[in-house]
Amino acid sequence: MSVGAVVTVRALRTRRGQTEVLRGIDFDVARGEVVAVIGPSGSGKTTLLRGLNYLTPFTAGEVDIAGHRLRPGLSERADAALLRAVRTRVGMVFQSFHLFPHLTALGNVTEAPYRVLGLEAGQARARAQALLQRVGLGSYAGALPHTLSGGQQQRVAIARSLAMEPVVLLLDEPTSALDPRLVGEVLNVVADLAAAGQTMLIVTHEIAFARRVAHRVLVLAGGQIVDSGTPADVLDHPRTAATRALLGKE
Amino acid sequence: MSRCRSPIGRRAVIFALISMVLAAAGACRADDALERVHARGTLRWGGDIQGGEPYAFQDPHDASRLIGFEVEIADALARRLGVRAEFVQNDWQMLIPALERGDFDVILNGLEVTPARRARVAFTRPYYAFTETLVVRRDDADTVHGLADLRGRRVGTLGNSLAFDLVSAAPELEVVLYEGVEEPYIDLEQGRLAGVVLDHIIADRYGLVRPGLHAAATVGDGVYAIAGRRDDLALMRAVDDSLAAMMRDAELRAILTRWHLWDERQTALAQAEQPTSAPVTGAGLTLAHLPIFARAAGFTVVISALAMALAVAGGLLLSLARRYGGAPLRLSASAYVEVFRGTPVLLQLYVLYYGLAPILTLPAFAAAVIGLGMNYAAYEAELYRAGLDAVPIGQAEAALALGMSRGLALRRIVLPQALRVALPGIANDFIALLKDSSLVSAITVVELTKQMTITAVDVRGWLVPGLLCAALYLALSYPLSRLARRLERRLAPVPA
Repeated sequence: MSVGAVVTVRALRTRRGQTEVLRGIDFDVARGEVVAVIGPSGSGKTTLLRGLNYLTPFTAGEVDIAGHRLRPGLSERADAALLRAVRTRVGMVFQSFHLFPHLTALGNVTEAPYRVLGLEAGQARARAQALLQRVGLGSYAGALPHTLSGGQQQRVAIARSLAMEPVVLLLDEPTSALDPRLVGEVLNVVADLAAAGQTMLIVTHEIAFARRVAHRVLVLAGGQIVDSGTPADVLDHPRTAATRALLGKE
Repeated sequence: MSRCRSPIGRRAVIFALISMVLAAAGACRADDALERVHARGTLRWGGDIQGGEPYAFQDPHDASRLIGFEVEIADALARRLGVRAEFVQNDWQMLIPALERGDFDVILNGLEVTPARRARVAFTRPYYAFTETLVVRRDDADTVHGLADLRGRRVGTLGNSLAFDLVSAAPELEVVLYEGVEEPYIDLEQGRLAGVVLDHIIADRYGLVRPGLHAAATVGDGVYAIAGRRDDLALMRAVDDSLAAMMRDAELRAILTRWHLWDERQTALAQAEQPTSAPVTGAGLTLAHLPIFARAAGFTVVISALAMALAVAGGLLLSLARRYGGAPLRLSASAYVEVFRGTPVLLQLYVLYYGLAPILTLPAFAAAVIGLGMNYAAYEAELYRAGLDAVPIGQAEAALALGMSRGLALRRIVLPQALRVALPGIANDFIALLKDSSLVSAITVVELTKQMTITAVDVRGWLVPGLLCAALYLALSYPLSRLARRLERRLAPVPA
């Protein structure tokens, strides 16, 4: 693992049936760094992200994350302890939120710190309330998910991940399922986190946002990283056809 | 005397309604029953072949043929009337209502002459005299010499029978009702009963053949006679005359002797005069019946609630075994669901209570709860399965991504959502279970429907007890169906 890296990915390959979705991925994410992953649909962005907490198993390579090493062929049953250790320290925000519909906003955020970290109920609730405050939903603690807008739901989902105090937060197209009017409120929350030094890996289609918030941009195409560098390097002077296509410059 | 009856349950209520309408129609019929018998060329007689040997039953060597001493009596009577005998199969418990609605001309099937029955039908002179035998276990032979020695203990008999009247009249006995003739003796052998009182024909053939059982005392006597409609005066006179002739020329004696039923009592019977049919009016349904019905309804609720609790828990285990278990567990759970869903619950109750008795002697109440619970568990398992299928995969993933174990994710995230989907179905099943609980009368538990049939005989009418019983079931199930509908409307999430 590279010094100071929270995530180290080496020669990562993933196969789904006959198709190779990821064809050898290498990159690091340093502590406090915000890395944006951009790329056309089907380029393997989501598969890459889900490989990092092993929700989608990979077929070759290795991932060092949060002080643990993931390798191919792990099993949910046999390697439950390792996977739990990783997932406890690695947050994930899904494209379609996946809030728990039977729990209130506060309940969604309280559940894991209380049940998984073993915090006292009062302590877990206080932490959850503070996080709801932080994402601008302090007064929605008692609301059930279906009464919230998509943007509000995604902010609750971010608070839910933050409640575990993750060393790295994985965001999988956090605004793609949202009404365009609601994209801004979610991106603002993510930008605040970046400013506060939260290590993040963000899969996104929001090029402008990547330019504003990310320290580094990875361009994924055909299951490989075809370009990487600072937003200025990658986005202002696109070096590959894939990047140019993404930017609509061709 | 009845031997084996299928549980009547809901049928009884419907029957009560229908028989009332037909009784009204029958009231305007003139007394031309004898003419109709002659015109038709057959004497239609009603009985229940499930009663078994020696009354009227299927020939073991030729199932298409009926044999029995009553079959021979019917043939002889018909011959003397110049017609052919035609048997009509009917549930024993329902013989009198069926007679009243005109399904057959007479009943000739171990029907005991009782004041209650005499108030409702016309009887010929008796064709057989029997005694009531108290049977106990051999180890109780020294201490039990009569019903008085069984105070506070459980005594079995058949519902609606003379034996039942006798046992009910004895003080401080716990009366247990059966549907068939084998079952009370099985329970006596197993120690679930302290004694059985039944007609000596039954006791001799079904009870005393068991080596562990012993005839303790004769506790009463009675006679079988042929019953007909009270208005069919000419027909009843003709049948009675033919029977008298059979006694005079000893044809009856020959039949009874052939079936090893002739004894000294029958000699006395031949000399006795025909009983007059003094009308006895039924007591009618009174307020005193209400607490009895309320208690029976309470019993129905308790059995249903306990069985449902068992079904809900068992169904959950089954559905989890099917989804998350290893191959052997998965297969066994699937097999369980198929077997319990694919066979009648009545059969399962019989097997559990009587079939397993030699290995596992369950009390009737426990067998009722376990039997219904195990059956419904199969249905609940399917509901849970549908519920689990309805929870999006993203829910489990979100839980795992938060570091939850698979068990925790299941318990806190997936199951509560699955349960909510399954809940309306579970409430509906509870309503179905409430009604299916009437089947447990087959294993001697007196619940609401059984109480109705008992009371119907007491008050000689099915309509009012039937309606009262129906009203009670409705009162129990209606709130549940409201709840089910509310739950369906609230399929949307509920605050945690």
